[in-house]
Amino acid sequence: MIYADNAATTAISEGALKTFIKVNEETWGNPSSLYTFGQKAKEILEGTREDIAKAIGAEFPREIFFTSGGSEADNQAIISAARLGERKGKKHIVSSAFEHHAVLHTLEKLKKEGFEITLVDVHENGLVVPSEVEAAIKEDTCLVTIMYANNEIGTIQPIKEIGEICHKKGVLFHTDAVQAIGHLPINVADENIDMLSASAHKFHGPKGVGFLYVKKGIALTNIIEGGAQERGKRAGTENVAGIAAMGTALKEALDNLDDNAKKLSEKRDRIIKGLKEIEHSAINGDETKRLPSNVNFCFEGIEGESLLLLLDDRGIAASSGSACTSGSLDPSHVLLAIGRVHDVAHGSLRLSIGEDITDEDVEYIIKNVKEVVEYLRSFSPVWRNLVAGKAEFIL
Amino acid sequence: MALYSEKVMDHFRNPRNVGVIEDANGIGEVGNAKCGDIMKMYLKIEDGIIEDVKFETFGCGSAIASSSMATELIKGKPVEDAMKLTNEAVAEALDGLPDYKMHCSVLAEEAIKSALEDYESRKK
Ligand SMILES: Cc1ncc(COP(=O)(O)O)c(C=O)c1O
Ligand code: FES
Repeated sequence: MIYADNAATTAISEGALKTFIKVNEETWGNPSSLYTFGQKAKEILEGTREDIAKAIGAEFPREIFFTSGGSEADNQAIISAARLGERKGKKHIVSSAFEHHAVLHTLEKLKKEGFEITLVDVHENGLVVPSEVEAAIKEDTCLVTIMYANNEIGTIQPIKEIGEICHKKGVLFHTDAVQAIGHLPINVADENIDMLSASAHKFHGPKGVGFLYVKKGIALTNIIEGGAQERGKRAGTENVAGIAAMGTALKEALDNLDDNAKKLSEKRDRIIKGLKEIEHSAINGDETKRLPSNVNFCFEGIEGESLLLLLDDRGIAASSGSACTSGSLDPSHVLLAIGRVHDVAHGSLRLSIGEDITDEDVEYIIKNVKEVVEYLRSFSPVWRNLVAGKAEFIL
Repeated sequence: MALYSEKVMDHFRNPRNVGVIEDANGIGEVGNAKCGDIMKMYLKIEDGIIEDVKFETFGCGSAIASSSMATELIKGKPVEDAMKLTNEAVAEALDGLPDYKMHCSVLAEEAIKSALEDYESRKK
């Protein structure tokens, strides 16, 4: 199988798995226990916190809060900023239309509570424009939350510039960096980031573990009440082995970041070049300001689920933003946000390649996507109408 | 757990009666309000019997398999029988569809009904 769905999740690395097993075997005590065996687990926990803080340029280890993953981190960051704002009568939040649902649904919830939400445009190229964020900020804005890199189309946002604007205006800035951490160099201090969400399983760590970076001085609101773990801000006995494995995975990812990025973007560009040869197709999102692993295309006249099933038969695991692939039968909100109409969003394909991809894999992917698209078009009434001139090509 | 039954995958991978009938005397095209998919049915009817049927589909695996199965169920049958084809019968013949994919089989039923109506209206 060629696994080209690394944006959905990644394989746990050998090193991270070793750490996970080792900690579970040898240091499975409760870090809150006062005897030596528990304190050993505490040491691992705090050591990892230190490593992660250093890795992202945080000033203090205590600015890292371990969570169950990206969704929880997003929820807690946004709710916390909202509660802080609320106290000062600030109930306006700026975000973008193509955020992950962990962000958008949290914002929806706040909207029902009376918060006002402004979603800035992400334009055809899938990029937020900093001056438009600035224009959206008002007197009562308490938070700007813009993702670092989009999970579907991979576009990388001008985070540093947006952060600078937020700081100038005295507004908190959160970024969902779930797709970016471990793949792009990130430094929270240099990039003016106040809060950042991350999830281990997107950088070859285990699932169900993540962290939230919160700059000193920003008070968190609990999402999970209970014990005094995570300085009272996140209850529940810590997933020590998972957290330690996340630390290992992040270290490995950052140690190899440049090499991986270089290799992946070279392969990515070759796939993009190959798929562009398919007529009436278009790449989604800016071609260069995108994650090294992300390829996303729309092919006119076909539907994405059948494309995925046939690629699966040929040993390629990928994903699509087609309405038919979502339980809700709505096309991807990301593709709609960059202006793809429903019909075109239907024929979308996301390939998110992994570091183990070979030259043969690249050729195999291009050849098979071409064949399957051609096959599906051969009996598509939509394609027939387009070719016959009864409808106009959009792409 | 697989998304679809073996039967669905078989009809999806090797769809029966795919294509166009140039001299069709009943053609129906319907769209799916739910997800925006489109199905087109071509019928060749002689002496009240469906001599030939072909389809084209722009849609998901379940939509393609439903079209394929629906054509098999009506091929060689009298028009009156084809009129009675239901989406449940199509889904059942496919060994079932996931709940949220039932509407794809509705598309097949509607495409056939629409083609039959076209045939009736041409007769007048
Ligand atoms: C951009 C983004 N944010 C948040 C999440 C949620 O992360 P998790 O699955 O760890 O809750 C994901 C993963 O699907 C993501 O891609
Ligand atoms: S045709 Fe869209 S879900 Fe089946």
